[in-house]
Amino acid sequence: MKVLIIAQHSEGVLDATTLNVVRAALAISEDISLLVAGCECREVAEDARYLEGVTNVILADHPCYESLSAENLSSLVAEMVPPYSHILAPANTFGKNVMPRLGALLDVQPLTDVLHIEGTDVFLRPIYAGNLIARIQSNDNVKAMTVRTSAFPPVTRRTEACTLEVVDKAFDLQLSRRTKIEIGRSDRPDLGTARVVVSGGRAVGSSENFKLLYSLADKLNGSVGASRAAVDAGFVPYDLQIGQSGRVVAPELYIAVGISGAIQHIAGMKDSKVVVAINKDADAPIFDIADYGLVADLFDVLPELEAQLC
Amino acid sequence: MKILVPVKRVIDYNVKARPKDDGSDVDLSLAKMGLNPFCEIAIEAALRIKDENDQCEVIAVSVGEKQAQEQIRTALAMGADRGILVEADSPLEPLAVAKCLKIIADRECPDLLIFGKQGIDNDNNQTGQMVAALCGYPQGTFCSAIDIVGDVVAITREVDGGSEVWELPLPAVLTADLRLNEPRYASLPNIMKAKKKPLEVMALGDLGVDTRPRQALLGVSLPSERKPGIKVDSVADLIEKLKNEAKVIL
Ligand SMILES: Cc1cc2nc3c(=O)[nH]c(=O)nc-3n(C[C@H](O)[C@H](O)[C@H](O)COP(=O)(O)OP(=O)(O)OC[C@H]3O[C@@H](n4cnc5c(N)ncnc54)[C@H](O)[C@@H]3O)c2cc1C
Ligand SMILES: Nc1ncnc2c1ncn2[C@@H]1O[C@H](COP(=O)(O)O)[C@@H](O)[C@H]1O
Repeated sequence: MKVLIIAQHSEGVLDATTLNVVRAALAISEDISLLVAGCECREVAEDARYLEGVTNVILADHPCYESLSAENLSSLVAEMVPPYSHILAPANTFGKNVMPRLGALLDVQPLTDVLHIEGTDVFLRPIYAGNLIARIQSNDNVKAMTVRTSAFPPVTRRTEACTLEVVDKAFDLQLSRRTKIEIGRSDRPDLGTARVVVSGGRAVGSSENFKLLYSLADKLNGSVGASRAAVDAGFVPYDLQIGQSGRVVAPELYIAVGISGAIQHIAGMKDSKVVVAINKDADAPIFDIADYGLVADLFDVLPELEAQLC
Repeated sequence: MKILVPVKRVIDYNVKARPKDDGSDVDLSLAKMGLNPFCEIAIEAALRIKDENDQCEVIAVSVGEKQAQEQIRTALAMGADRGILVEADSPLEPLAVAKCLKIIADRECPDLLIFGKQGIDNDNNQTGQMVAALCGYPQGTFCSAIDIVGDVVAITREVDGGSEVWELPLPAVLTADLRLNEPRYASLPNIMKAKKKPLEVMALGDLGVDTRPRQALLGVSLPSERKPGIKVDSVADLIEKLKNEAKVIL
């Protein structure tokens, strides 16, 4: 068994999810190569050489990979496939963009969002908004998959570097062109890896009111998330949405504030270790999955909570 | 301009899916079915282009059981011009669906293919990207805005941590994210009219595609349930529990 991981990175930094994907790969094999494709990304590749478990880093440095377009990247990986038996990427907007395209090029049926690896060909993945878990055997000769990073703990870094291999292949299909990037910058921990997530729903009412959640999150050194209703109403940016069609998080502590608990929302947070729900309605479904429920008005609770957390 | 919109019949999004008693598969026997919400958004996106464009045809296509005609009719009632059903007895994997759609695309030569980003049944998020690969077309996934200028489509993509703008030459494949639009409701007169719109039915066998499954479903189970929690009376009580019982804050 040989695993190839497609690494995500931006602005010279390896995406933190890569560490979780390596952990997943370790459940399959001890022979793990990690591809860093990009433009002027040698630093990223150098850094990746120190990841626990990675036995070889492959660098494909060319301007045609600058935007990591699915078209160019999938063509590159499709060329590299023998000898790999498994190809992994994170189950986020990066991995879900490239992996199916690669699957079609290789004529294999990939798996989305793998959350447990039972063996080299049997995998568990959530279906129906996480209401069910499917146990699937893949009979393709190459197993391509995106992995749910919150289900695999990150690997650590080590002091010894593994080998670095440079490939000199440019697949410049010129099919698509990125013209703009808008990345929300913040000093808060990343939503995907934060230890605490404070999430707000429709009931928060405005972006002004969301400041209450931000300041609570800051106090707990956490990050802020939201329901679809809050995002659609424009209280916070889209990429804070948690759920079936947003991000999936599994922090130590998830505080749902004024969120009803629709199945699509729960799909994105139910693997959190401890869930707190604050809602006016004692019958809100969020209480069914909360460890600690507080039936109260969020506008009373939030200031009090912040004041009492010294 | 010709736009192909693949649509899927899935469980209604309000229904909580259950496993069959023997755990072999999902129990859909009594489940209410409907048009996949992301496909509704895709249809709406196509109709908005049509609204701005006299010479535009929107075709809804589905690969699935006979009953998927209902979902194609829904798309026609919203305003699509005609429908195609590739009738298959059992559900197909995304790769097989993509191969069927590629054949339809080769026949229809659309300028644009708009997919939903994912089916809410298997949450695969694959079919659009696969069709793009098979056709050699550019792909724009997770679209929250679409703007056609001449023979280029500019899209905004929702990505983790922000958004991006991309330009793709036509023909191209797009996949619709939730906030691309809010789908219109079909009016009663339009529902009546839709009954008369053409709906071509093709047999899967006639496409000559190898749709044999690559994966075996070994079983379906319920995820581990969260243990029932408790209600706390006050903020002080909550903080005490978080500190001393759950030990998640200091
Ligand atoms: C295909 C599809 C995909 C979807 N994907 C997602 C997704 O990824 N993520 C997601 O979140 N949703 C998603 N949704 C939407 C989901 O179904 C719900 O509509 C949404 O989660 C509701 O958000 P909410 O809980 O904030 O709002 P509401 O359901 O309106 O709930 C607001 C809650 O606030 C409470 N409340 C009101 N005032 C106060 C107060 N002063 N203090 C305390 N509590 C108060 C109310 O009792 C209520 O429970 C999706 C829907 C579809 C169809
Ligand atoms: N059987 C099908 N027939 C037509 N379109 C489909 C089918 N399956 C998937 N699609 C399209 O592909 C999108 C993504 O589905 P999936 O890859 O299954 O998550 C859907 O929103 C549809 O637009």
